[in-house]
Amino acid sequence: MADDLKELKIELSKNGIFTTTLEELYNWGRKNSVWPLTFGLACCAIEMIATTMARYDLARFGAEVFRPSPRQADLIIVSGTVTKKMAPQVVRLYNQMPEPKYVIAMGACAISGGPFRDGYNVLKGIDRYIPVDVHIPGCPPRPEALIHAFMTLQKKIDQQALTGESRPRHLHADLPSEFPVPAYGDHGLEPPANPDVFPARADNPLKVLQ
Amino acid sequence: MMALLPAEDVKGKIEAGVPGASVTVIQNGSPSGQHSLLLHAEHGRAVAEFLRNDPELKMDFCSNVTGVDWLDTDASEKIKVKKMVAGPDGTQTEQEVDEVRKTRTPGYLEAVYHLFSIEKKHGPVILRMRTGNRTDQTHLPSLTPVWRSAEFQEREVFDLYGIVFDEHPDLRRILMWDGFKDYPMRKDYVPPADEVETAEVNP
Repeated sequence: MADDLKELKIELSKNGIFTTTLEELYNWGRKNSVWPLTFGLACCAIEMIATTMARYDLARFGAEVFRPSPRQADLIIVSGTVTKKMAPQVVRLYNQMPEPKYVIAMGACAISGGPFRDGYNVLKGIDRYIPVDVHIPGCPPRPEALIHAFMTLQKKIDQQALTGESRPRHLHADLPSEFPVPAYGDHGLEPPANPDVFPARADNPLKVLQ
Repeated sequence: MMALLPAEDVKGKIEAGVPGASVTVIQNGSPSGQHSLLLHAEHGRAVAEFLRNDPELKMDFCSNVTGVDWLDTDASEKIKVKKMVAGPDGTQTEQEVDEVRKTRTPGYLEAVYHLFSIEKKHGPVILRMRTGNRTDQTHLPSLTPVWRSAEFQEREVFDLYGIVFDEHPDLRRILMWDGFKDYPMRKDYVPPADEVETAEVNP
């Protein structure tokens, strides 16, 4: 929205007239009714469950309805260790969700493999196969951290433009909404990562940090 | 409180009760002093049945099965050998020469069983069985027909170490997927190349 229109809007609201745009209304509705998928992998899931219960009450953010089917879910919270044996099922669940869909990778294991990173059976982060919107570190993250991640996601949804080049993936007709499901190979998952989602090692920002 | 069974006593009972069986006691130097009994694979099943059925031992509970990978070991020792050595003037003289002799002891895979008797309240009796080598003689008798609780744990040992348990009712991989080719708990396991992470020093 142009700056003068914003000023006009503020001016009108001072005089008791509420104006909005379709984009604002649409995103306001979306961000306050994000339905997560009933899905947990390990101990982080216990924290996720605690977050939905009365003490932390994720329902305050409109996300109390955990859907038992990916067809009705907007958000997948990857809460816990993703083993290589489980990774294809996680990607398949994500593929079955309708657009627009979002991913929160919760906890050290889901974002990087965590303490099991050097093991033979654990995926080194779910962002190798699906696009993650918010990463939460922690082992496990406290419910406050999940709430913070959820608010970060809400902010992200709120700022998504519905038109223009920067519009989100689900509004680009030519961008994929499904991602290749890795296969069980002779020695590990094949491919080891989806290059469209996970940057190649040379461009990997983590390499600079080492 | 579990009463401890002296390994030497159990060894004597096995050797008296199972014809042809010979048992080696492997000492455990730790304070627990849980010495283990090394069996020959061909008597493994008979010894297991004896341990379970013997009225004094009654080892009715197999609490744990695990594997151990013992790599090939190379030992080199310096020995003095007498050899004919040509001197500077061309004459052959006998001299003592140092020579390095290398010996390679082939490795093996080992299955370890921990047995208790719930009825007699004693244990553990620890059994070990070793395979011929780590490559083509990796068969051991399954003790699942004797103790049903060994079924999943023998599958796990098969999955991660590659010990093939003969007469196991359902020997499949249990943790890794069926098409997986490696044995990840073996000491010479190499993870896929794209997963190996080395700390790279920035120039």
